[in-house]
Amino acid sequence: MTSPEATAPSRNSLALRVNGTVHPVPVDPDRSLLYVLREELGLTGTKYGCGEGECGACKVLIDGVAVRSCVTPIGEAAGRSITTIEGIADGDRLHPVQEAFLEAGAFQCGYCTPGMIVTAVSLLDRIPRPSDVEIRAAMDGNLCRCGGYLRILDAIERSVRRSAPPAGSAP
Amino acid sequence: MTDAARGLPYDLQAPEQRDYFDRYGDGLVAILPPQRPGPTGWGRGGPPHGGAWIHVGTHGRARAFTGKVEVGQGTRTALALLVAEELGLPLAAVELTVGDTDLCPWDMGTFGSRSMADAGEHLRATGAAARSALVALAAERLGVRAPEVSLGDGVARGPSGSVPIGELMRGLRRVELASPSARPRRPSDWKVAGHAASDPGARDVVTGARRFTSDLHPPGLLHGKVLFPPRYGATLRTVDLSAARVLPGVHVVHEGDFVGVAAPDLLRAHAALRAVRAEWTGGPQPSEADIVRHLRDHPAEGEDFWDVIDHSVGDVGSAFAAALVSLRETYTTAYIAHVPLEPHAAVAAWEGGRLTVWLGTQTPFRARDALSDALAIPPSSVRVVVPSTGSGFGGKHAAELAVAAARLAKATGRPVRIAYTREEEFSQAYFRPMAVIDIRSGAGQDGRLTAWEFHNLNAGSAAARTPYDIPNQKIDNQPSESPLPQGSYRALAATANTFARESHMDELAARFGRDPVEYRLCHLADERLAAVLRAVAARAGWVPRPAAAPSASGHGEGIAIGLEKGGRVATFADVAVGPDRRLEILRIVTGYECGAIVHPANLRSQVEGATVMALGGALFEAIHFENGRILNPRLSEYRVPRFRDVPPIDVVLLDRPDLPSAGGGETPLIAVAPAIANAIYDATGRRLRALPLVPDGTVP
Repeated sequence: MTSPEATAPSRNSLALRVNGTVHPVPVDPDRSLLYVLREELGLTGTKYGCGEGECGACKVLIDGVAVRSCVTPIGEAAGRSITTIEGIADGDRLHPVQEAFLEAGAFQCGYCTPGMIVTAVSLLDRIPRPSDVEIRAAMDGNLCRCGGYLRILDAIERSVRRSAPPAGSAP
Repeated sequence: MTDAARGLPYDLQAPEQRDYFDRYGDGLVAILPPQRPGPTGWGRGGPPHGGAWIHVGTHGRARAFTGKVEVGQGTRTALALLVAEELGLPLAAVELTVGDTDLCPWDMGTFGSRSMADAGEHLRATGAAARSALVALAAERLGVRAPEVSLGDGVARGPSGSVPIGELMRGLRRVELASPSARPRRPSDWKVAGHAASDPGARDVVTGARRFTSDLHPPGLLHGKVLFPPRYGATLRTVDLSAARVLPGVHVVHEGDFVGVAAPDLLRAHAALRAVRAEWTGGPQPSEADIVRHLRDHPAEGEDFWDVIDHSVGDVGSAFAAALVSLRETYTTAYIAHVPLEPHAAVAAWEGGRLTVWLGTQTPFRARDALSDALAIPPSSVRVVVPSTGSGFGGKHAAELAVAAARLAKATGRPVRIAYTREEEFSQAYFRPMAVIDIRSGAGQDGRLTAWEFHNLNAGSAAARTPYDIPNQKIDNQPSESPLPQGSYRALAATANTFARESHMDELAARFGRDPVEYRLCHLADERLAAVLRAVAARAGWVPRPAAAPSASGHGEGIAIGLEKGGRVATFADVAVGPDRRLEILRIVTGYECGAIVHPANLRSQVEGATVMALGGALFEAIHFENGRILNPRLSEYRVPRFRDVPPIDVVLLDRPDLPSAGGGETPLIAVAPAIANAIYDATGRRLRALPLVPDGTVP
């Protein structure tokens, strides 16, 4: 995917592990992780929205934690495990959060959806049964301009209900 | 791209010349002929349309074509439901083709809530013609009379036999012209439309596979950047391109006032643009501080995105002279930005003298015309394709970006993509116009309104008329010379006009010690709107009160209504204002009625989304500007609604299968701001007459 002109000598390249595959990419302080994912690796599911970490459309998982790839220099991601929206499903089997977004009809234009799903996956990995306050706090860095917030909350609550038995229920 | 090279766009060919059957196989094509008076201008009796067409094929699948586009509002599925209903097919067997000027009927653009009202009716009429033909074919095949045939689930059934619709299509190449008098199925009989439906493209959204314009990467792609003036009103005086030109791999194009660069990667394109040395000229521009006076002092001719209203009934002068009570107030709304999450993007590619532009736009045919004009090629040599688009909200009408990409692609001989940065999106797009609205009302001692004068400065005429029964009215609007570029926006002036009117009605109710709901109802002539108001008051648990009496608890309730583009809305807001004067929205109830509901889940989603979007303009969104420069062109400086801003929203939908379907994307915005302003008054006794109401989160 990298254009020949942009390829740096190998001693200046670093290894980026994305969705289980290692890609050598040039070391360049000007390149954000978002830029490399979209423009060099062709992983366009991760979106540009603002370039300053305000909208969350660019979120990916680094070692399981949702980060804003537009403000993450490529050097910070080297040697760690990066998962983009393209790597959230297990092959053809959707992640429960993806299933819940489909069930809840939790998107309109769909541009914010990858960032929303990645953020929700990271939250539920960390806190399997988050409270409404914890969900809103975790999601607050993600913008949906179509205003689908309530459905997104509904989708996340559906994932929670599905993955965890209600408190106090008999085994 | 091979399609693009094939020949003339369908809308520029006579129906009998189009290669439907070569392209899509044997079957039946139904066509609703266009009503198009010319490339610009509306014909008598309303906006022109380019018709619709539907192909039914041998696999029992149908492909329907409309000129409207999908930018996230969900009309693709809603319109497909209407086609499936007419043809007796399951939704999954209907594919809607939208946003391709080579294949789709001409359309003036997707705005003004016309997708359901126009495209929906056109597709129903086209579908009805196809259904008649299918029924006749089935009757012949089954040896029964046509009235004995019913269509459903892709099968034509007679009294004692059935045949799959696809089988009827074998060896057939028939074109039926639909007549506008074709009778589509009545909404009360709907089996598919009006019921739950799933969006067939949804899986690609959650896996990240959906490709938006900014994701497209044809082979050989160059990234383009355009040199923009640093402020409005500035023109290019001199430009030195030498430093940009020597950068490796960089192309620089300078044609008249256009300066653009293209490079194999985006970073180099940015670097090339930074290397351009430009000097600009231009006099001072009005600033935010003087804006109201500026708009009052600078009347202008109207622009094309609004109508001018000059509505007069009765004798306002005499009525004010006789009125016992009169009230005069001014209401304003700020310039606000659309902030589509996907900034504007275009990809242009030339192939054998023919140009294809992939463009996130609400007006692909207008873009085709603009490209044809700018590049001096016939419209038939231009194809505009609208990929999945990360929302529009009325902000994606302009074609400048498409023209810039096409120029760069032509000069370099390579496909070129231009995608705005967020800062460019804020600075180079246009805004929802600022409104200054003067209202003067006159009433008898009993509170009954006798005179109503309503003057909108700059923002437009949408929903300027009052739905209240007032014998003497003068309603008009005056466009102004705007210091910022302005244009369409979801619900446009209807938000400002409804904010002004519904705030004023509340002020009147308070003046006369009347319950705000009862006071509205006693003036309301529109029974549909009254029904929505009653439904919302009931759902909200509205307790009639003599008048807003500011409570010590800081808790308040407000209600507002609106009528626009065939839809009726009522919104209730429940707020709390804390001891620190911080405003909290506790709950919103919105009721909406837009005739027969086609896609209930999507309509609900639109109403919720419109309510959330309206919260931004009501509470805190404002573009700040000084001397032609936008001062807050970043998301860190321009606040839009987030998760924390969204209260519980209770949506009440009123279905009217006896009435034609109107749109649902815009009108649900318009009563949110006045409902909140009225609730703040109820809570504090403070009447706020300017949007945004609480820029820093606190009630002033």
